[in-house]
Amino acid sequence: MKSLRFLLPLLLFIVLLMFLWVGLSLNPREVPSPLVGKPAPPFQLARLDDPAKTLAEKDLRGQVWLLNVWASWCVSCMEEHPVLVQLSKQGVVPVYGLNYKDQRAAAQAWLDRNGDPYTLSMADPDGKVGIEYGVYGVPETYVIDKTGVIRYKQIGPVTQKVLSERILPLVRQLQAS
Amino acid sequence: MIPELGHFALIVALCIACVQALVPLLGAQRGDSNWMALARPAAQGQFVFVAMAFTCLAWSFVSNDFSVLNVASNSNSMLPLRYRFAATWGSHEGSLLLWVLMLNLWMTAVSVFSRRLPGEMVARILAVMAMISIGFLLFLLFTSNPFERLLPPAADGRDLNPLLQDPGMVIHPPMLYMGYVGFSVAFAFAIAALIGGRLDATWARWSRPWTTMAWAFLTVGIALGSGWAYYVLGWGGWWFWDPVENASFMPWLVGTALIHSLAVTEKRGGFKLWTVLLAISTFSLSLLGTFLVRSGVLTSVHAFATDPRRGIFILAFLALVIGASLLLFAWRAPKVGLGGLFALVSREVALLVNNVLLVAAAALVLLGTLFPLFHEVLGYGKLSVGLPWFEITFPVVMVPAVLLMGIGPLLRWKEGKLGASALRLKWAGGLAIVGAVVVPVMMGGWSILVAMGILLAVWVAAAGFANLAGRIAQLRTSTGASASAALRHLPRGYWGMLVAHLGVAVFIVGVTLVRGYEVEKDVRMNPGDTVTAGGYQFRLEGLKPVQGPNYDATRAVVSVTRNQRSVTTLYPEKRFFTVQQMPMTEAAIDSGLTRDLYVSLGEPLADGAWIVRVYYKPFVDWIWGGAFLMALGGIIAVTDRRYRAARRYERSLVADATIPVAQGTG
Repeated sequence: MKSLRFLLPLLLFIVLLMFLWVGLSLNPREVPSPLVGKPAPPFQLARLDDPAKTLAEKDLRGQVWLLNVWASWCVSCMEEHPVLVQLSKQGVVPVYGLNYKDQRAAAQAWLDRNGDPYTLSMADPDGKVGIEYGVYGVPETYVIDKTGVIRYKQIGPVTQKVLSERILPLVRQLQAS
Repeated sequence: MIPELGHFALIVALCIACVQALVPLLGAQRGDSNWMALARPAAQGQFVFVAMAFTCLAWSFVSNDFSVLNVASNSNSMLPLRYRFAATWGSHEGSLLLWVLMLNLWMTAVSVFSRRLPGEMVARILAVMAMISIGFLLFLLFTSNPFERLLPPAADGRDLNPLLQDPGMVIHPPMLYMGYVGFSVAFAFAIAALIGGRLDATWARWSRPWTTMAWAFLTVGIALGSGWAYYVLGWGGWWFWDPVENASFMPWLVGTALIHSLAVTEKRGGFKLWTVLLAISTFSLSLLGTFLVRSGVLTSVHAFATDPRRGIFILAFLALVIGASLLLFAWRAPKVGLGGLFALVSREVALLVNNVLLVAAAALVLLGTLFPLFHEVLGYGKLSVGLPWFEITFPVVMVPAVLLMGIGPLLRWKEGKLGASALRLKWAGGLAIVGAVVVPVMMGGWSILVAMGILLAVWVAAAGFANLAGRIAQLRTSTGASASAALRHLPRGYWGMLVAHLGVAVFIVGVTLVRGYEVEKDVRMNPGDTVTAGGYQFRLEGLKPVQGPNYDATRAVVSVTRNQRSVTTLYPEKRFFTVQQMPMTEAAIDSGLTRDLYVSLGEPLADGAWIVRVYYKPFVDWIWGGAFLMALGGIIAVTDRRYRAARRYERSLVADATIPVAQGTG
């Protein structure tokens, strides 16, 4: 029985293998969110560019808008960033940034460096609003309609494909209604 | 025609690999020397065909053959020649072909430099390596054919990812892969020894130089990658704990444990099972790294085109190779005896503890890398662990390991009393404490982080010199030689150890001082504006448009002065690659022994002003200098005389397969 301990590495490896197997079959981008179809949780946060001013969720009522959760420490945000910058140049839909668990100076520097696609960014340094919105990880993007209801949630980077196939058609539909 | 030739060469190589995996292995079991003798020519033949396939692909890239899908997707007629050549391994398919080419290079090297090994050992090693080769060749041919045609051909290519258009990218992947794949030799040695039941000091002596060599390559590869990130990504950072970086760092950590564990097995016959397990783990982590990067299970800045079919293939291959080796381990391990006994205070124990710490560090990195995956699989959704996890947990494990690094080499094998060595260590310790107090103050501000870093660095370096002084004194009293004669008498293996450990000290200095005293300024500048960082004045003299071969750029002229004296002029660029429609930041760096001055262009603003990043990075080059010293130490150790002398010695002994153990060196 003593020799069973030599099987330990193999057993550990099999556990790891099972995780990798399941991981492979998951679509890393899609997770159903309980918040879709519900009103966006209210917030009132300091603006990133000017902490003296605040922005509240109810200020944005009456228009379709995107809420993008980002951080300067987030590697995947670099991936979606060009897509957002492109989107902001088109001016189809305003993008508001939720700067999640970040430091103001680092976040501001990141925007200066990479371009700022946001109509405005709000600072959520301790991630409280993020918790309200059920943020799993950064980046995440929410589509919120005129009445303040969350209509779609994208977990992980917004790719050109997701933008043109899912988000923009939805935005147009919501804007028309 | 050329691409078809390459494709055909790959198929031939696969056929040879199948023969090489089977016949010599069976021959070794049956004791048939003719069957075993097939291993060497088969390995060399396989290399010829793989090299041919690689040359064909490189030719397609260099000659702009856009009827090849791979070339059309990753190259462009405007791309300079050197990058067209490097684009050969810029794609998923090409980089896998490079992987196989490297594997074949190592295999051929083993077939040439193994004259002193017993026939059945060589047969088994080359058979195991051929099995790995089969896996990757099948992967190439069935899921990632680099020679796939594009009909009708494209008029021009989509160009190489601008991030990869850099001299660093030309040499970084080959170096990294040499390291990754080089561990397959240690792996094959371990498997061959397990099959043959010959797990002894001789086996350790044979696989030691190969392992050290692979480790040195991997060290250089990682350092080059980090350097590339530093000046190409334009963030001024040198390590991001990105999944792809971690994928190369894990085999490095376990490989470091392996080369130390091999020392114990060679010198004392101990830790055999531990060494075998480390050899298997190191290569397994290399394979796992390949899986993580290629399958798209984790997202990363390095993300290549991902395809779930490929992921399933690599996962199956991973399961087969690693599963089979661990099963073999579980089956054979109970029969392996224990090594020599040792006391609590001995070099064995120091190395064992260091090994455990290194493996724990690798486990932390693995956990941090895979945690998002675990989290998701268990149904808690996606999450990114990010920097904080690594920055908090990693030092907890590495600080004791580095402290132990100073003591370990001073202890004796088997039994150790600190005695005389402890006295010398007192000096090293005192020096370290003085350094920890003085250096941060000299640099302009004391902090616990910097003090700790300097303490560790001075400790390792001073303990190294104390060790050297002790060895010289010992040699002088025992042989009566002069100091310089004693210096020459010391074996290269010992020098290698000293140099590599000094590299660790240099590396720590770099990491600590950059972390503690770097100045990063992101400022808005108009031509004529001046900004000060780290005592240097940076003046933006002007901007002008520049035309590159496949990009348009804006080049800034930044003059740097210090105390009214001119230091240098820097030319950072913002490039826009026309085919890929992608902007790139080309940082301008003035490197120096004690500091880098780093300027890069951010975004243009409306009124002709620019966001300019001006960084002052003290001692940053010590990070890579330290890594290169570590690799240099490895290379010095590989050239140790005992590997050459032992070759002659063993040839006479191989016939009756006893265990020669040379005592007394490093």
